[in-house]
Order: sequence, then structure tokens, then C-alpha cells
Amino acid sequence: MRGSIRDKVAIIGVGCTKFGELWEKDMEDLLVDASYEAFKDAGIEPRDVDAIWCGIFYYFTGLAGVAAAEPLKLYGKPVTRVENFCASGMDAFRNACFAVASGAYDIVMACGVEKLMDQGSRGLPGLTEFGHPFYGQVSAPGMFAMAATRCFHEYGWTKEDLALVAVKNHYNGVAHPKAHFRRQVTVEEVLKAPMIAWPLGRYDCCAMSDGAAAVIITRPEIAKQYRDDYVLVKGVGLAVETVYPFFKPSFDYLGFPATQKAAQEAYKEAGIENPRREVDFAEVHDCFTITELLNYQDLGFCERGEGATLIREGVTSIEGELPVNPSGGLKCFGHPIGATGCRMIYETTKQLQGRADGRQVEDAEIGLTHNLGGPASVASVVVLGRR
Amino acid sequence: MVGVVSYGAYVPLHALSRELIAKAWDFPPVPGSKSVAGADEDSVTMAVEASMDCLAGLEPSEIDGVFFATTTPPYAEKMNAPTIAWALDVRRDVMTVDFTGSIRAGTTALIAAYNTIRSGAARRILVAAADCRIPEPESMYEFQFGDGAAAVLVGEEAAAKIVDYYTVSDEFVGPWRKSRDAWVREFEARHDVIYGYGRNALDALTGLMAKTGVKPEDVAKLVLYAPEPRSHVTVAQMLGFKPEQLQDTLFFLLGVTGAPHPLIMLASALEVAKPGDRIIVAGVGDGGDAILLEVGEGAGEVNRAHRRGVRGHLETMKPLKNYDDYIKFRNLLGKQRFSRKTSTVTYWRDRKEILPLKGVKCRSCGTVQYPIVRVCYECGSKDSFDEVRLAKRGKVFTFTLDHLVGGEYYATPVPRVVVELEGGGRVFVEMTDCNPEEVKVGMPVELALRIIHESEGFYHYYWKARPVREKK
Repeated sequence: MRGSIRDKVAIIGVGCTKFGELWEKDMEDLLVDASYEAFKDAGIEPRDVDAIWCGIFYYFTGLAGVAAAEPLKLYGKPVTRVENFCASGMDAFRNACFAVASGAYDIVMACGVEKLMDQGSRGLPGLTEFGHPFYGQVSAPGMFAMAATRCFHEYGWTKEDLALVAVKNHYNGVAHPKAHFRRQVTVEEVLKAPMIAWPLGRYDCCAMSDGAAAVIITRPEIAKQYRDDYVLVKGVGLAVETVYPFFKPSFDYLGFPATQKAAQEAYKEAGIENPRREVDFAEVHDCFTITELLNYQDLGFCERGEGATLIREGVTSIEGELPVNPSGGLKCFGHPIGATGCRMIYETTKQLQGRADGRQVEDAEIGLTHNLGGPASVASVVVLGRR
Repeated sequence: MVGVVSYGAYVPLHALSRELIAKAWDFPPVPGSKSVAGADEDSVTMAVEASMDCLAGLEPSEIDGVFFATTTPPYAEKMNAPTIAWALDVRRDVMTVDFTGSIRAGTTALIAAYNTIRSGAARRILVAAADCRIPEPESMYEFQFGDGAAAVLVGEEAAAKIVDYYTVSDEFVGPWRKSRDAWVREFEARHDVIYGYGRNALDALTGLMAKTGVKPEDVAKLVLYAPEPRSHVTVAQMLGFKPEQLQDTLFFLLGVTGAPHPLIMLASALEVAKPGDRIIVAGVGDGGDAILLEVGEGAGEVNRAHRRGVRGHLETMKPLKNYDDYIKFRNLLGKQRFSRKTSTVTYWRDRKEILPLKGVKCRSCGTVQYPIVRVCYECGSKDSFDEVRLAKRGKVFTFTLDHLVGGEYYATPVPRVVVELEGGGRVFVEMTDCNPEEVKVGMPVELALRIIHESEGFYHYYWKARPVREKK
């Protein structure tokens, strides 16, 4: 029987840059800004950090451990770059948790950064060997659009259902000073927007953003020296599935097994049996509106086929029974790939500490974060709780 | 009895009316239309289409050679016939040859195949002829050149035996294109028609009839193309043929397709031929070829095979709405396309999956899957597979209409579809030759080899899906 991470790791500081088109900042500026905010929040000096795990997806943002060590001039320490598609940030956090829990290090930083705007690309820039015929040449929205097509066909969901997700997340994001967009949208606006990859229009897609986020963790017994309202890691799960869902004969495009398995693992550790009741709010990976609806199902907030019902009934609105993406989500907050997982930890920590000004979820005890990468190939779920 | 065992044709989906060309350049209206290959087609992809049409129901592993005839080989160095052979899943120990340099190449390749089989060096040879000649805009050739392909399987047990042939060679600077030229040129069109075309056609046909003793009245059809609507009639009359003996040159539907043209016309003739019919097919250019065929009792069998043929293609063509689409198809504006990271090494390593579309069937759970994997997607068995050639037909499982292509926003989206193939296996391909709005879940599609891009300067051939081409 394998062990559990539950209550072995405490978050003592978080930092996050504003997300958006940050033309005047480079990747080093972003990492310095996010890290120093986290150092300050934790009440530590940069030299107190024993080790760093940094999530970066694209090679042009940064390679190797130096990507994090160099901007901070933190030399002579173990620094590792983590790349796991769009879940790179949360996987950096997961690795950092194991390092702290093992007792190998006392204070560790998990961070993530991405600098997308320098590439002059409409949509995410291409990958190595994207020219190989098998890779399908599809855009990121196109990949998830194929799930929407299937859900429309099987469940009778509509573009209006998808639009409700965008409307909700834009509504939430308005309150967040660091969100990429701070503007509400209407269903009509969403439906009228230019098509990106049918059936996904512009407002069904998250933004291309620059940004960075950082999290300082330690063990609970040490955490007490730094603050009283530290946040505890209750459960961590990560699962990798196929990167070629389109080749897998049984792949139904009605959900993502990576999320289902990562959630099961995290719930088991956290002792959660009924996520709909026991999770107070969630920051989930809404790279596209369809993804959020499928996340509801995959995370066990509802049965298969009922994702759209939750959004229609307002269950996941900020005033609802189970608020999802009170930050505005990737959709409105932005999605600098490697940064997003740590941004979710940042946001969830603030909520659990009651420091989410203007967007505070009432009486939040347990918060869930969910990061998804690739064509739904890798998912990470982290459950956090008040101490 | 060596001759035509089977035959097939391919004509691109789109036709451009000559009226639209005339309108673009302020010329007086000209009748008819011409066939226009799509932006993702070239002579190799069209040759594969015609070959698939020809081989419908026949086993490609029984072919001993692939002869490719074209004046527009995609590669000047690097043989093109092997691409066709691989796409068709022909054996490795076969002869592959490119016949090029003249629009007579189609009939020359047919004669070469006939002689090779008669020598005993091979039992079955596939002759695939295709051309995609790009005419200079605002020239007479722009009205004339069309695109298309034909394929003839030559072998023993022929449905139409080749009785004999006659060939003349000529030194003639008629229409020409140097290896560094973009366009075909001419110096004196009338001289080209009378001497380059007419004299060589006459010499080849006269020679054949003298050699075989066949007289015009013994012949059911004379398959003789012409560079314009009339000159083949003149030649035929000089030889004593009646107008009704002439096979339609398809000038008003296709234009002149170059190397495949005599074989496209031959396929047309065979589609309606009766046992005992004698057919003469001629190819002209830098000399002339004339071949006498005699249709046997098996002609009916061959005709019943599942094939689209010339007729099936002509019935399903669609008109291009405007001249601008044609400019786009031929990339005449020289717009730079994006380049994707790629490698000739991986393209080579995976060629079995890319060209003949090989997948595997798991020996443990029976799941057919693609591409070739080491460990089963469904049951996890390792290295326990049988290789299978996947079907080229299936149904759309899911799709998207993608506007983001290579980091740019396209106003017209590219349909990308997951196809469940007949007999198992899923592929993820682009959809071509369709209006994006027609794409639906469950829609039947067929796969066609196309150029997907030219990154790193080499052609990436791969399969695309298209709506099943049939008369609605």
C-alpha cells in the first residue's frame, strides 16, 4: 500500500504576476516578480530556498534548471525544469511536494512561467516535428473542439451551453486584478465571435498570455514559524494518458481519462468520497469551454452527460453550490502554459486564507485545483485545505 | 496474350470554365472547361488515384513493376514511381521507372511495359500516367492545359490484348520547357500542329497499319488526342477514318492533360468496348506511338469491376466559382507557405505507415490500430501483432473546422477529421475536396493521397479524407 502526502506539506507563500500580453517583460522579469512576491508572502529570503522545481513548456521560454536559477541568481542549488505539457506547473508543484515530504529539503519553491507573446504566432506555436504526417497538424482548440463535436452528437449539448462557461468565467475574472481580461461578456457576444476551430469560437478559447507564478512550501512543523494560516496539501494525483487520442480505437471524446484517474488518486489521499459535497470550490483547467464541462464530469462533480446541466443550473457560479474558477479560470485569467498550475495553487491558497478580495468564496475549507495538458494527455489534481 | 488487364482514371474534382479565364484577361469567350488539380495535388497523387481506380479489387502484391509517365515529375532528381508503388503497397522486388520529358511518355511507358512482359521479365506492370502542367497565365496554354491521370495494368490474361505497335522518333523543337523554365513555351503554333503533331501522328499510324495490315474499316475506335479541337480529325481523314470512329478527345471537358491523355481516352473507349473491337491508341510528341488493341471476351468482366473510370469522374466534377480559386490552387501568386519542423529521416522510417497506410492487428484482443505500435492500445500485449493494410474508406467519428494553421488565421477553415476505417483502425487526417460545411459526424469518406506540406523543401505525401465521390 503506497503512502499519502496528506498533511505533510504546507504552503507558506504564493506569488503571481499579472497575466496578459506583457510586451515589456521577458521571462526573467516574470520569474523574478512572481518569486519575490512569494518570498515576501512567506517571509523568507531567496537564499532560504533549498531547491526549485520550475514548470516550463516551450523551449523558447527556457530550458533546463538554469531557466529558474539564472533570473534569481540562485546558484549552487538543485533546480529542475519540469515539462509535462500544460500541466507542467502543477507537476513542478507535485515534485516539490515529494521533496519536502521526504525530508530531503526544508523549504522548496515550485514555480512556472511562460513567455508566449514573443513568438508572433496566432494560436500556440508549433512543436518539434509537427510536420510529421501523423501528428495531425491540428491546433490546440481543434484538438478539444473534436470533443465538443462528439458531445453535441451524443449528449445534445449546444454552443449556448459552451457560451455559459465563458460568460461565468469572464464574470468572475472581472474582480481579479491580475487577470488577463477584466471584462464581462454576454452569451450573444460569445456566439457571434469569430470561429477559431468549429464549434469553438474566440470566446470558447483561453487567451495566449505571458505570466509566472510561484509557491513556497515546507513541512507543517516548520510552517508554523512563518505563518498561522498556512495551507495544507491534502492530496495529489497525476495521470498520463495517450497523446494520440485520435488513434486510440476506444477513445470516445466524451471525457478525459487522465483527469478521472488523477482525481481518483487525489481524492483517495485527501479522503474525499463525495467531491460534489466535500469540495468547496475548484480551479479547473478551462483551456476551452468544452473542457470545463467535461472536467465537471471527470472530477466527479456530476455524472457523465450532465456537465452542461451544472452550468445551466448555475451550480458552478461563484454564488453556486460548487463555485468553479472563481479567479476567472484560464479563459479569463489567461494561460501562460507552464505558469498556470502554480497560478491555480496561488489562487486556491488565497481563497483558503480568506485573502481573495472581491471574489472570495464563503467558508472555503477545501479547494481543488486541476491542470490538464496536451490533447488531454496528462492531468494533475491537487486538493488543498485549511490547516 | 499480353495486354490491358485493367484500367482506371482520375480527373480532379474541379473544372474551370474557359469563359472565366477569358473574362480574367478580357479575351473573347472560349467554349468548354478544363480540369484543375487542387492545391494539394500533383502528378504523383493523381497517378495514385488513377492506379487505385485501376486496381480496385486486384491484389497489388501481384504487380512486378510500376512505370510512371509524366512531364511534370514532382522531383527532377529522386525517382517518383516508388512513391506511387509504396502508396499502392506494391512489393519491394519490382521495377520502378519514371518516363518523362515528353507528353508521349504515357504510350511509351505502355509499350515498354508490353515489351517487358513479353520478354518474360515481369508478369504484371502498372503503367500510371499523370500530368499537372502549369500554363503561363494569360497564354493560350492556359485555355488548353488540364490535369488528370490514367492507369493501365498490363499483363497476361488481358481483357484487351495488344496486337502490335509502331513507333517513330523525331527531333522537333515544338512546345518545350527547359529544366529551369516555369512555363511551357512555343515558337510557331501552326508549325507545331502540322509537323510536330500531325506529321508524327500520321507516320506512327501509317506505320502501324502497314505493319499489322489493319485497315481503317477494321477499327472500332481511333484514340487520338489533339492539342486543339480539330487537328485529330484532319489526321484521321487523311488516313481514311470516319468521324464516328474517333474517340472523343474530351477537349471541352478536360482540355489537354499531357502524358496521360491518350490513356484517359483509351480508358474511355474501353468503358464501352465490345468483345472483338479493335482500338488504335496513339501518343504524339517528339515522335509518335501507335498501338493496336483487340478487345477480348473478358472486357465485360473488367468493366464490371468497381471503378469510377473516366465516366464516373466526369459525372462528379464541380465548377470552380472564379478564376481566383484557380490562381490559389496553382499557387500562382507564389505566396510563401509556412514551414513545419520535419525530417526526411522520420519520414523514411515511418514510410510504411505514411504511404501504404499500414497498421497492426493485435493477436491477443484483435484490435486493429494505427500507426504501427509496439504495445497494444487496448490490451497492452507487446510485439504481438499482424501487419494490416488499412482500408481507404470509413466514417467521420469526430471533427473540427480549424482556422488556425501553422500559426496563422485562415478565413476558410481546414476540416480535420478522425476517421473510423472500414475493418478497423482510426486515422486523423485533413479533409479535402469539400465545403467545410458539409462535414458531419458519421459521414462516409474515402482516403486520397495528397501533398500535406513541403516543409524542409520536400514533399510530404499523406492521406486526406474526402466525401465519397459519387453522383448525387
